[in-house]
Amino acid sequence: MSTPALEFKELHLAYVVRGVPREVLRGVSFSVQPGESYGLVGESGCGKSTAAYAAVRYLPRNAKILSGSVELGGRDVMSLGTEELRLLRANNASIVYQDPGQALNPTIKVGPQLAEAFTVTGMSASDAAVQARAMLQKVQIADPDSVLGRYPHQLSGGMQQRVVIAMALACDPQLLILDEPTTGLDATVEAEVLDLVRKLRDEYGTSVLFISHNLGAVRSMCDRVGVLYAGQLVEEGSAQEVFDAPQHPYTVGLLRCLPRHGSKKTDQRLETIPGFLPLLGADLPTCVFVDRCPLADEICRTQVPPMVDLGGRIARCHHTDRVHDIAVADLPKGTASTVDRTRDPLLQLRGVSKTFHQGGKQIKAVRDVTLDLFPGETLGLVGESGSGKTTLAHTILGIHAPDQAGTLTFAGTPLASHTRKRSDDAIRGIQIVFQNPDSALNRRHSVRRIIGRSLRRLAKVEPAKIEDELHEITAAVRLTDRHLDMRPAQLSGGLKQRVAIARAFAGRPRIVVCDEPTSALDVSVQAAILNLLSDLQRDGDTSYVFISHDLRVVRYLSDRIAVLYLGRIMELGPAERVFDGPHHPYTEALLSAAPSVEGDTRVRIKLEGEIPSAMNVPTGCVFHTRCPRKLEGDICSTQEPPLNPTPDGGVIRCHIPFDQLGGGPVQVELTRRSGDV
Amino acid sequence: MARYVLRRVGLALITLFILSVVVFVVASVLPGSVGRAILGPFADQQSVDQLNKDLGQDGSLISRYLRWAGNALTGDFGDSFKYRRPVMDFVPTALWASVKLALMTIVIVVPLGILGGVVAALRQGKAADRFLTIAGLSLAVTPEFVVGIVLILVFAVNLGWLPAGGSAKGSLWEQFQVLLLPSLTLTAILFGYLSRMARAGTIEALNADYTRTATLKGLKRRTVLRRHVLRNSLLPTIAVIASQMAYLLGGLLVTETLFNYRGLGLLIFEAAGDRDIPMLMGAVFIVGALAMLMTLLADVLIAWLNPRVRLGSKA
Amino acid sequence: MTAVAVPGAGGAPDPAADAAAESRAPAVTAKDVRRELRRQLFRSKTFLGGMIIILFWAFCAAFPAVIATDDPSRQDPASKWVRPFTDGFLFGADRSGRDVFSRMVYGAREIMIIAPAAVVLGTLIGITLGLLMGYFGGPLDDVISRIIEALMSLPVILVALLALSALDASRLTIILLIGFLFGPIIGRTVRAAVLTERNLDYVRAAELRGERSTYIMFVEILPNVVGPIIVEFTVRLGYAVFTMAGLAFIGFGTQPGSPDWGRTIFEERSSLLSDVWWPSLVPALALASLVVAINMVADAIQGLVDR
Repeated sequence: MSTPALEFKELHLAYVVRGVPREVLRGVSFSVQPGESYGLVGESGCGKSTAAYAAVRYLPRNAKILSGSVELGGRDVMSLGTEELRLLRANNASIVYQDPGQALNPTIKVGPQLAEAFTVTGMSASDAAVQARAMLQKVQIADPDSVLGRYPHQLSGGMQQRVVIAMALACDPQLLILDEPTTGLDATVEAEVLDLVRKLRDEYGTSVLFISHNLGAVRSMCDRVGVLYAGQLVEEGSAQEVFDAPQHPYTVGLLRCLPRHGSKKTDQRLETIPGFLPLLGADLPTCVFVDRCPLADEICRTQVPPMVDLGGRIARCHHTDRVHDIAVADLPKGTASTVDRTRDPLLQLRGVSKTFHQGGKQIKAVRDVTLDLFPGETLGLVGESGSGKTTLAHTILGIHAPDQAGTLTFAGTPLASHTRKRSDDAIRGIQIVFQNPDSALNRRHSVRRIIGRSLRRLAKVEPAKIEDELHEITAAVRLTDRHLDMRPAQLSGGLKQRVAIARAFAGRPRIVVCDEPTSALDVSVQAAILNLLSDLQRDGDTSYVFISHDLRVVRYLSDRIAVLYLGRIMELGPAERVFDGPHHPYTEALLSAAPSVEGDTRVRIKLEGEIPSAMNVPTGCVFHTRCPRKLEGDICSTQEPPLNPTPDGGVIRCHIPFDQLGGGPVQVELTRRSGDV
Repeated sequence: MARYVLRRVGLALITLFILSVVVFVVASVLPGSVGRAILGPFADQQSVDQLNKDLGQDGSLISRYLRWAGNALTGDFGDSFKYRRPVMDFVPTALWASVKLALMTIVIVVPLGILGGVVAALRQGKAADRFLTIAGLSLAVTPEFVVGIVLILVFAVNLGWLPAGGSAKGSLWEQFQVLLLPSLTLTAILFGYLSRMARAGTIEALNADYTRTATLKGLKRRTVLRRHVLRNSLLPTIAVIASQMAYLLGGLLVTETLFNYRGLGLLIFEAAGDRDIPMLMGAVFIVGALAMLMTLLADVLIAWLNPRVRLGSKA
Repeated sequence: MTAVAVPGAGGAPDPAADAAAESRAPAVTAKDVRRELRRQLFRSKTFLGGMIIILFWAFCAAFPAVIATDDPSRQDPASKWVRPFTDGFLFGADRSGRDVFSRMVYGAREIMIIAPAAVVLGTLIGITLGLLMGYFGGPLDDVISRIIEALMSLPVILVALLALSALDASRLTIILLIGFLFGPIIGRTVRAAVLTERNLDYVRAAELRGERSTYIMFVEILPNVVGPIIVEFTVRLGYAVFTMAGLAFIGFGTQPGSPDWGRTIFEERSSLLSDVWWPSLVPALALASLVVAINMVADAIQGLVDR
């Protein structure tokens, strides 16, 4: 076997905080073979980024190697001299991380910045300029000459990440490290970037270390996968094996937390992993997962589990033989769907638009939205960033007033445009759960005060009864009384989100807008929050407007789904139909862009170009500039299609007849194009 | 960019107007009459009224403001009460003397402050950083005249190397000697402030993702510092410094008084002592307008250095 | 702090177990956090050192007779320019034979009254302005910002001088003057902090609950900007001492012959040239010690607030 491109040998790494070393990596061993792609997965705080930066020895000053080593191409990274380390970084390894906008120097044009990556290998300036241009073509930038002369801020996020990738591959490294390279990018852009990396990796024969919390992306990119938990590699094997038949209780739990393909709240609750991720540097028992493990017994508490070789794959567990016994939890059936569409809708939007004015220009963020929301129903809002889903939600809440023409009706009465002008009932009736609980909770107020204030303002609870109501509502969101005197900073992310949920539900709202309520949380916490949301919905007959970029989560929770593009509803219908088809070409592309952890059987539909600016909307069908199914002739580019009703009571905005749209079981063959696998 | 500059100039003009109102109002809250203040309690009312009229001190507040501001626009700040000559006979000479002192101070303190800040940033948290930070802070908050007195004691009285005060006249060398102690006094005040700004800017750039990119690209540390860190931190720092020149101008007042240096500061000090209101208003207004001009130039410089503002974003 | 959770055997998690176990976090209350902050503050040498010096001068200002060895205004031509540590004059005597040490002790009073009072006034003005500007934004913010910018283009001491040459320089005048001049400056800092808070979702949540603007500003936002306000208060206190001393030095705000430090330095500085350094250097160092001490405290608090 040839020398591995990267090899971790029992690496123990600690951060020294106030003189005390806190161990972050606890004996991590793995290797990436030449030409191989290796994925590292795990929840936040498990040490995956630390591992990535340890590979190029870019560690904070308080980092300390306790024992073990990291070898890059057979050389011990930690023992290199300054100059050797620099040359190693220049020639042998490159790293791409999230937020490309920050990774590029804002005051230097793309050309010179990219050329630097070539001159550092000893190339002359003029050669470097030529190479920089060639490299931009390699990363599929259409107009390299113009891009070379631009500043980073003049490029879109996807383009910036291409430039960073070009820079990383300039030295033709043996190892390319990708640390959450697509986090923050839209699914469609993410898919393109990953396609590009895949293509270049094959072309250059580069080894890849891919770090992501997105299990689907890891599965689609990698040959082998390592699962990190609390700074330990608990399982390793081929991507397919690990994801299809995990052998460690943690991996099993992690995968089961995700809403399964096509699963719905009405079928089944989500499984969760009880307990907490251990804190950084905590003194851990013999098996790091023992506190949360369903198989834990005496031996787990007394003996460090060995790395069990399971024929080409390994798991660090005493009970690998019993892992497949972990019962698929006997979970109560989910909430039965009780949406009764013969009742009067709770919320009606008729022709609602929202135009922002900025520097004399008009930004049409939401255009002509008409929809109904029924009691107890969840309406999912889906679309890329800039699609107007958040603006629409904010308009419903009265954060900003809609344009004159449209009307909003809540429980039969017209809804004032702005919160300030709304009746107490309307204010109490429509509440929100924000994405980031750190921002949503006042850091200076105790939990008691945060929830108590809502009880008083919204539910008009008398001061004497506040305490009783507090206990009731905290119990409903599964918090205990002890939490009441804490401040948000003392709670974990999941607990904070429960407080935010309690606050929203204090006034027994009829509608709750959930704006990406789980996207700041780890998957195991996400599952518990989603369960809570569906319990509360069932108990209170509450309606949700649910925004998320995670399509599976949307599908799990939603009864109906609206797909937005450039502020317009492109499609609205029952969740099953919108997901399974027939559906709008845009929905189809959006769905196919998100890689699945079960492995993809679907063919990826590539969207060309980027979402146009809302200031300069295309003529005709707004999607025609990127549509893979644009019709012959110029109907798509000149005529905006009407919202055609569908048999299931929904609408689709497309010139293509409903029965010829893609996605349905019969249509699969038609949309699959040759050579695109 | 042009739009930004136009907007900025427009705002500066509004600010200038507010400044003139502030100066006028503050100086006009004088209880009683100017004429009476000058002529004393025993003069008869008629001559007091006459003097008030001569001095332009009659009429409503607004009409007096309009008259003062209108004249100020043409560079006429009225006559000094004390010397009975136009204020503008005195201001330019004094201003030129102060500019010399300010320039000398800037020449010393800007490189020193930036060097101190960058060194502190590169040694962040270590002894050199702590020392520079604490020393800079202590000097910055110690009143000018305290530092000045120590400097006079050491260099003028005990060592006898430099004059303890006086005006910048004669040969360049003589002028340099006179200017050195006052400018060192001002340097002491400004050093801590400047090095703090430079330190913060450098640390921000050091911690930026693009610096990480540059390091991991395998660039030499020197190249990383020069092309990526300092390029992003220093020019804006210099511009920010320029926008804070009001502090330097405030320091001139006390420093010039202590060293008996005939600049704008001493002019203002004496005018205040003599209750020479037109002189005071004129000089203070000019100081404010100058500070504002420097802020304007600094803002434009900052904007020009930032491609985001210069080119606008075109995502 | 390790979380211990033992899920039921058989591996079927109880539906609420996730939350129940998650809630086994250590019980730390808001009170504990405040206590911890205080403990860290009192462990900081910078803070303690600064605080001791400030308290010493505060004591001198309140009970000067306890420390002073002589009447600060008793003149005695025979003792003119007695050198320090002779004839019972700890820090020597000045040109009128007054005891420099006792004058230093009494000199603390004026500054220790005026500076804190002025800064308290300025901070109250600043908080109000900052909250209004930061929360409402728009034209109100634009107008006030312009005025503040105009004020800030003038050194505070110049504006004070301009006003004091027109007004009579009583103690109250100086407090009001410095307070009103510092108000907008403090307001700018508060505004910046409020702007950051204003974009956080808890403010939006309060608006969506139908809260009134005053409630949002004073109950929701204000407690979150207390840190920067305390820092600004201490920093401005330093500047107030600085400004006040500067004014006294150019002859404003105190009566001739007053033991005030700035005034004394102004009156005694000419004797420097005769190599008589003590009458001016002693109050100069006293002044320096006070400003440096205030800034040490400010620095320590800043370090704690930033974290």
